[in-house]
Amino acid sequence: MATKLPPTDAVVVGLGWAGAIIANELVDAGLKVVGVERGPWRDTAKDFNIASVTDELRYSQRQELMLRTAQNTITMRNNPSQTALPMRKWGSFHPGNGTGGAGNHWAGITFRFQPEEFRLRSHLEERYGADSIPEELSLQDWGTDWSEMEPFYDAFEKIAGTSGRAGNLVSGKQAGGNPFEGARSSDYPTPPLRQPYSPTLFAETAREMGYQPFPVPSSLVSETYTNPLGVTMGPCTFCGFCTNYGCANYSKASAITTVLPALIRKNNFEARTHCEVLRVTTDSDGRRATGIVYVDSAGRQWEQPAEIVVIAAFTFENVRLMLTSNIGEAYDPTTRRGTTGRNYAYQTANSVQLFFDDKNFNPFIGAGAVGMGIDEFNNDNFDHSGLGFFGGGSTRVTPIGATPIQARPTPPGTPRWGSRWKRATVDNYASTMSIGCEASNYSSPNNYLSLDPTYRDRLGRPLLRITFDFTDNDLRMAQYVTEKTAEIARRMNPREIVASPRIGPWDGRPYQSSHVVGGFVMGADPGTSSVNKYLQVWDVPNLFVVGASAFPQNPGYNPTGTVGALAFKAADGIINHYLRSPGEMIST
Amino acid sequence: MSKKNDTAKPSGLTRRELLGSSAALLIGASSPVQALTVRGTPEWKPLSNNAVPPVDTDAGWQFFTDDEAATVEAIVERLIPADDLSMSGKDAGCAVFIDRQLAGAYGGSERLYMHGPFQDGTPEQGDQSALTPQQRYRLGLGALNDHCRNEHGATFAELSAEQRDQLLTQLEGEEIQLDDIDTLVFFEIVLQNTMEGFFADPLYGGNRDMVSWKMLGFPGARYDYRDYVERHNEDLGFEPVSIGGRPDWQA
Ligand SMILES: Cc1cc2nc3c(=O)[nH]c(=O)nc-3n(C[C@H](O)[C@H](O)[C@H](O)COP(=O)(O)OP(=O)(O)OC[C@H]3O[C@@H](n4cnc5c(N)ncnc54)[C@H](O)[C@@H]3O)c2cc1C
Ligand code: SF4
Repeated sequence: MATKLPPTDAVVVGLGWAGAIIANELVDAGLKVVGVERGPWRDTAKDFNIASVTDELRYSQRQELMLRTAQNTITMRNNPSQTALPMRKWGSFHPGNGTGGAGNHWAGITFRFQPEEFRLRSHLEERYGADSIPEELSLQDWGTDWSEMEPFYDAFEKIAGTSGRAGNLVSGKQAGGNPFEGARSSDYPTPPLRQPYSPTLFAETAREMGYQPFPVPSSLVSETYTNPLGVTMGPCTFCGFCTNYGCANYSKASAITTVLPALIRKNNFEARTHCEVLRVTTDSDGRRATGIVYVDSAGRQWEQPAEIVVIAAFTFENVRLMLTSNIGEAYDPTTRRGTTGRNYAYQTANSVQLFFDDKNFNPFIGAGAVGMGIDEFNNDNFDHSGLGFFGGGSTRVTPIGATPIQARPTPPGTPRWGSRWKRATVDNYASTMSIGCEASNYSSPNNYLSLDPTYRDRLGRPLLRITFDFTDNDLRMAQYVTEKTAEIARRMNPREIVASPRIGPWDGRPYQSSHVVGGFVMGADPGTSSVNKYLQVWDVPNLFVVGASAFPQNPGYNPTGTVGALAFKAADGIINHYLRSPGEMIST
Repeated sequence: MSKKNDTAKPSGLTRRELLGSSAALLIGASSPVQALTVRGTPEWKPLSNNAVPPVDTDAGWQFFTDDEAATVEAIVERLIPADDLSMSGKDAGCAVFIDRQLAGAYGGSERLYMHGPFQDGTPEQGDQSALTPQQRYRLGLGALNDHCRNEHGATFAELSAEQRDQLLTQLEGEEIQLDDIDTLVFFEIVLQNTMEGFFADPLYGGNRDMVSWKMLGFPGARYDYRDYVERHNEDLGFEPVSIGGRPDWQA
């Protein structure tokens, strides 16, 4: 039995990007807030140090910062005819744990979604015809629009110190930035990072071919920056131990380097760490959340009553908590009824490797989010008439730092061991680069999240089950965008290229991206969405579920700029609308 | 900073232990894990979570028997042979590295989801073996030597370099079926751990003298390339440095 604790105004579950931002906004509005986090309290000074953070075995191979699968994992299958099996070691994605969440070991690429994205179904129907969207896709509008989102993107970038060059300010287009981005109310808080060799070479070639390359927007700050909360960050040093590592320089934006140092010092906030939330409690008719129950590291259960409950536990756990708490109706792919678990989507990651003889890229110089990209083949930036698919990808060169356990490119046909392997490894280490194309993934009625009938976590609770495969739409798109990427690669004149368009079935083993989205999506229609545009749960007005779980589908961009913006949007909904008439759905 | 003060306002130190510290739910605990309430200025000791585990390379085998160790050394010596590019995997300490990894949290799959039912799935569903790395080595090395004794009348370590290469090729191509363990489950973990040992920081017992880093031109544990990021297509001539420093620092 859970011991009941004194009530609080708001409880926030998960202290990653989304949870920390909302908690801070609510505290500033005068609410008393408790944050509950299943992992440890992390602080740069005690957790990440220049002298020891450069440890590929510990952080990248043994996945030190990630959630341990012993604590919680998912099961996976490609389609309902298969039996889902547990992911015993993280492969395809790398979920986080502890304050800062996955934001400690993320890469930092910080795009805004484009204006058309928020009304994707309407946009495609208007441009290509009312029945142009194939049956296999369950694309939908977000129930919000660019004018509502833009101020919150701006707020997130200012918290994170995001570096980049504007391509489209409300005052007009800017040379050197991304011409396809939505009109921005202000430029990036810090200027773009300086570029290593491989992105520079890519950008030169892309420009020659008539494309418009731009510095990839990055929440690795390029110069000393103090954010609106008074927290100061230092410039990125291109150390190359970035993705999968914590930053020892206070350069990579994460909740622990931008929000929590200010928030934890505020009177109305307290964080409980190593406390895993088990469920949301509701009143008898399920129309009001009364609080949450969590288990501490000693195995004791506690009930924390709250007037407002915010769940910001990352896509997987957001959806699992809703399923185990019976919030909304579980999605059934045969009847297509129910919304909890519906429209799960991923990212379609493609790449082209380039092997040169005469180049030295010094590939150990890098950062999770330094690089140059083009958007000519992303989303609906090109005409899809007659192509047989929708969507596209962000084409870019982002050298993350070639650490040698994992980054040892060799051409096809090279043995995996022995003297010939060694020779090829040495010959290609410094002279190989790759161009990625991080492409959209469009939701489908067959891809969804549910509770696993067999596998349970250490507490005996069902694991979350992923049923997912790439759709024909996405596989055709992958071929197309990878061929466009390969054209650029060939123009760069390497000895050899290896093009790797994503092919099916979805494979849980190799890392692809942690951009798992949907399952508790936002929209204007309660029949096809779980939350409204303020991330407020339909029919449970004091419950807010925030994160990429709200994306109805995934464009060809990384998610976190939008996760941060949605966190600000939810906080705005609570403070400026909900609190004026508590207990009701926000209607504006 | 005051020591402990449950009621202090943010200027004070208000971290208090909320709960007991029973080990019931600790996840692969190598350090004590406790639920905590954090308020005000968080208490921390610099680097307290950042200690690096020292590996004593002279301490004798921690997990392997002498026979197992001899077999592993005979394998890593062929996976990474000595040639004009580097010393062998054996001389670089790959077997010591693997031994120390197996003796720690990794060896027992402490941090991994190890609940059944264990069943074979599609390749895309990944590793579903119920065996921990320790068991994979114990069973695999035994089965490999059984195979060698049956087929060649000698243990793996007693065979010539050519014979060992051929056997490793056969394991990789699943042309040999080992008893007690899936051939690829065994081969793949050995190959992966050998490469980890060769390329990881020397701190963990392999990559002696940063041999693999020198070979590749990887500068190792450096943290600031601001002066170099725009020096394109140039040999920067870095000598590598490890987390533990460089031999010439100890003069
Ligand atoms: C290797 C890697 C690279 C990435 N690179 C990029 C990139 O370049 N660009 C980009 O846009 N995105 C990137 N991402 C994704 C990015 O990290 C996430 O989008 C972002 O962290 C999501 O924020 P969040 O607050 O929703 O979730 P998280 O940051 O995961 O925070 C959720 C928090 O909730 C806690 N929690 C979960 N369940 C419970 C529970 N039951 N009880 C209590 N607490 C709980 C977790 O421990 C965690 O701290 C990357 C991710 C990874 C792993
Ligand atoms: S590359 Fe930059 S942001 Fe990333 S960890 Fe290194 S210093 Fe930090």
